[in-house]
Amino acid sequence: MLILTRKKGETIQIGNEIEIKIISIQGDQVKIGIEAPKTVEVYRKEIYEQIQEENKQAATSTMNVLDLFKKCQK
Amino acid sequence: MNIQTKYHGEITIEETDIIQFENGIPGFLNEHEFIILPLTEDGIYSIMQSIRTPQLAFVITNPFIFYKDYDFTIEDKIVKQLDIKSVTDVKVFNILTLQDPFEKTTINLQAPIIINTKNNQAKQVILNNDLYRIKHPLFNESPDLIKG
Repeated sequence: MLILTRKKGETIQIGNEIEIKIISIQGDQVKIGIEAPKTVEVYRKEIYEQIQEENKQAATSTMNVLDLFKKCQK
Repeated sequence: MNIQTKYHGEITIEETDIIQFENGIPGFLNEHEFIILPLTEDGIYSIMQSIRTPQLAFVITNPFIFYKDYDFTIEDKIVKQLDIKSVTDVKVFNILTLQDPFEKTTINLQAPIIINTKNNQAKQVILNNDLYRIKHPLFNESPDLIKG
């Protein structure tokens, strides 16, 4: 992994179209601004992983869905 | 065309009804084509069935039935990506994670599925919004709806 040191207000340029700016630093929190083309999706990693996990869980429902609905409509 | 499905057996669908996820969905990046099939007669629950993988199907619902105030902004980036011209062309569904008993089922309000009904381009959008959870209880505010 490439590691760069940056100060508040400084920027990192990735390729032609992606820019990452350090907006502010407070204690152990860093506020980061990201400019990226519309085809590049930017997410907080842990949220993206949780969505992946939830989709997998939702898809692997082993229950018989139709039975479940019948059961709760009784 | 005919496809095999997880809950409806083999069915015939119109190719024009297929919705396209250009980039797949999180966890299933290679799944680009789905079709929405009604599940219950009341029209509340539907299945989002993968075209290429019979065993891949999600139970989805119209979130506004359960959460009338559900509200978010679709970022410009997504408006452009799906080529959305008017908000009235947009359909929203959310994926359910079923639980037994059904009352404990959760709805993923943080990652709605946005469909542009004009061109059938769709995307599961991740909201940068702390109000809506990935495992939001489906029946939190509307216990009357439990019986369907």
